[in-house]
Amino acid sequence: MKIKRYLFGIMLTLLLGLLVAGAVSAQQPTPSDDQVNAIAKQLYCPVCENIPLDVCPTTACAQWRELIRQKLADGWTEQQIKDYFVQQYGARVLGTPPPKGINWLVYLVPPVAILAGAYVLYHAFSAWKRPIQKDNLQPTTTEPPAETDPSQDEYIHRLEEEVRKR
Amino acid sequence: MVANLGYATLVITFLVSIYGFVAAYLGVRRNSPALVDSARNAMLLTFPLLSITALSIIYLLVNGHFEVQYVTEVSSNSMPIYLRITALWGGQAGSLLFWSWLMSAFASAVTLRKWDRDREFLPWVILVSLVTLTFFLLLSIFVENPFVSFWQTPTGNITTAMFQPAGTTLFIPQDGNGLNPLLRHPGMIIHPPMLYLGFVSFVIPYAFAMAALITGRTDDRWIRITRRWTLVAWLFLSLGLVLGGRWAYDVLGWGGYWGWDPVEIAAFMPWLTGTAFLHSVMIQEKRGMLKQWNMLLIILTYDLVIFGTFLTRSGVLSSVHAFAQSAIGPLFFGFIGLTFVASLSLLSRRWNDLKSEVEISSWFSREALFLLNNLLFVGILIVCFWGVIFPVISEALGIVGQSIPALAGVFTGQKVTVGPPYYERATAPLFAGLLLLMGIAPLSAWKYSTFKTIGRAAWKPFGASLLVVVALLLVGLRSWPALLGYWLCAFVAFVIIYEFWRNAWSRHNARDENLLLALWQLAGKNRRRYGGFIIHLGVVLMALGIIGIELFQTETQGTIPQGGEISLGQYTIRFDSLSVFDTADGRNVARAVVSVYKDGKYVGELHPRRDYYYESQQPMTLAGVRSTMEDDLYVLLVDWQPLSTAAATFKIYHNPLVNWLWLGGFVFVLGTLVAAWPAKEPEMLVASRSVPEASKA
Repeated sequence: MKIKRYLFGIMLTLLLGLLVAGAVSAQQPTPSDDQVNAIAKQLYCPVCENIPLDVCPTTACAQWRELIRQKLADGWTEQQIKDYFVQQYGARVLGTPPPKGINWLVYLVPPVAILAGAYVLYHAFSAWKRPIQKDNLQPTTTEPPAETDPSQDEYIHRLEEEVRKR
Repeated sequence: MVANLGYATLVITFLVSIYGFVAAYLGVRRNSPALVDSARNAMLLTFPLLSITALSIIYLLVNGHFEVQYVTEVSSNSMPIYLRITALWGGQAGSLLFWSWLMSAFASAVTLRKWDRDREFLPWVILVSLVTLTFFLLLSIFVENPFVSFWQTPTGNITTAMFQPAGTTLFIPQDGNGLNPLLRHPGMIIHPPMLYLGFVSFVIPYAFAMAALITGRTDDRWIRITRRWTLVAWLFLSLGLVLGGRWAYDVLGWGGYWGWDPVEIAAFMPWLTGTAFLHSVMIQEKRGMLKQWNMLLIILTYDLVIFGTFLTRSGVLSSVHAFAQSAIGPLFFGFIGLTFVASLSLLSRRWNDLKSEVEISSWFSREALFLLNNLLFVGILIVCFWGVIFPVISEALGIVGQSIPALAGVFTGQKVTVGPPYYERATAPLFAGLLLLMGIAPLSAWKYSTFKTIGRAAWKPFGASLLVVVALLLVGLRSWPALLGYWLCAFVAFVIIYEFWRNAWSRHNARDENLLLALWQLAGKNRRRYGGFIIHLGVVLMALGIIGIELFQTETQGTIPQGGEISLGQYTIRFDSLSVFDTADGRNVARAVVSVYKDGKYVGELHPRRDYYYESQQPMTLAGVRSTMEDDLYVLLVDWQPLSTAAATFKIYHNPLVNWLWLGGFVFVLGTLVAAWPAKEPEMLVASRSVPEASKA
């Protein structure tokens, strides 16, 4: 009798557990919102301009997020889901252009331009730079002018400026 | 009646502007000061005239004249007065007119300055300013007229026209569509005027630069005249950007402040060249170098201002096809092309006159480091510019693929998105480089510095900054980008503090002033230098916040029943209740109440909500935010069960250190004000000058 009661207790606990688990899964669908958003974050709404899919408030985007959830539940990988969206809506759903064809330019032009700028600057420096005569140098550190009056410097500077203006 | 008055003054201003720049030109050609003065009066007149136009629109908006198309588009009966006024810049037609109005204010203000010493600049400054103004007025009159009204034909069709078409009667809708809910935020009310003020005020230094090129007076006079104009322009543009970020954070509901959206980048690009310009003009002032480069930077800034307005107003960003649907895109494109080519040809004409008088003498001199700073700013500009226009180019080049089948695989014509990952990866090292320079450059000297001299000045702040890194490692921080970023922030901050300290200490010793007074006096005497330091300090604070949110932001989303909880890191939120109700101003509001616990301890209540605007049929998500200097807990109400409201979906972001970004923005603006504040008259300095103790000895 005791064993029967014990077994009944276990069964009841399991059933309740299943019910609770069922209730929880109804509240927190599988896959979770976080799993869906992790992928949606990398995709752009195919309709709205420049809005990531995880934060787009439109109904269409909510449906697309559900689609991601469904695909995840069907066992699709992140890459498969992204490929599916690209196939359906074009490369614009990706946060950055896929590196092929003319799209290479988006990645190549800025570093080439900046390096070219650096090269020009280097050559300009080299052309400008002259050997310095040590005697002609200004004080080379920015030690505070303890022995001079800053307002006097300022005053002389202003005088010079005024003379130049006239 | 009022619409006609507004339109009439708009057309009169247009004619006055044309008269003004023609008179200015003829005044120079015929050597007639009277004509130049007349042109000056014309420029002065544009502001009162356009004020009548702008006030006419405001009157129509405030009094609900829905027969005017613009009023219907951006306002409604339920909107409060202040929003109806700000609806002036809530739509395309109004914002273009607003642009012109602000431009006329700056143009009029510039005529009021003393021109005695720079008389030769005057006609050309008038010409450039009024040509720019005329272009925008042309758009308002012929393409985006804000006074166009609705007319009803006898068959019941509604048409729009400025003047009554034959056989029609005026059509007055009962109510308007109302302002886009996203634009009803205090940040959005102040943000566009600030941005536009920044945009239009950069026209003035450009006008002086062109005047200098045309007249051949290519010394640094034009830079000295426009120094404060440029700083003011830069201040407004910076304010506009920071306020825009705050608006996005509060209203757009994605837990961030900057999304690398093309519209944001459009405003950021002139800021980049403007900032490079502010640094490089110092080299011209101190050393007489980089005259050509400064001209190029101000030309770029001006055209990027117009380009920014073009990007946001032409529709080119949505699709290259939208560009051709309205005349506004091609007109902008033509104007940018024309001004750019004209400016560059003027520059090339004076190229040899603008050659440097002196040369760079050392790799570590301040001018060399400033040049490097310019390279980095321009590098970020290239990344931004290319990222914004690439989708348009890629789409437009599809025609090549269509014409030549062999190239169809290369030129697909597909629209692509260039989003945050591209910009973040490309610009992060450049921003880090700028921070490093911000630490080193103030320690270098003009003309000549070596690694050794900088090292001698930098070792103390450098050592202190390393201690910060050690402390961060000890508390468990292991992200190397964060360690690098925080080290740079610490280094720059210590350099600034050290500079303040040793200069104030030196003055304190020399004059027996207390330290605070010494610091105040120093800052007062060299506002640009100390204002610059404060600006740098603001950037450091902003960087703290940016690194915090960019590298350590976490998020979660879940659906919970009433009484249920979601956790994120140290925080737990409990869903207490949800109420859904209608408001008198035409909204349906869903407002949740959630309790927030930090490490199990109750810390307060938040009210995330979703407002649905019936008029415009648009929702607006307003986050419930618990804000501290340590972090923000940012809770969004994503969804709920409509009938029972017994369960709701929440999205929670944990944004560490984000408030340092706003604090930094405040310090930044404060620093700019210090730098731009007018200095005392030199005579005053003479009167108050005293012989220092050191020189007496």
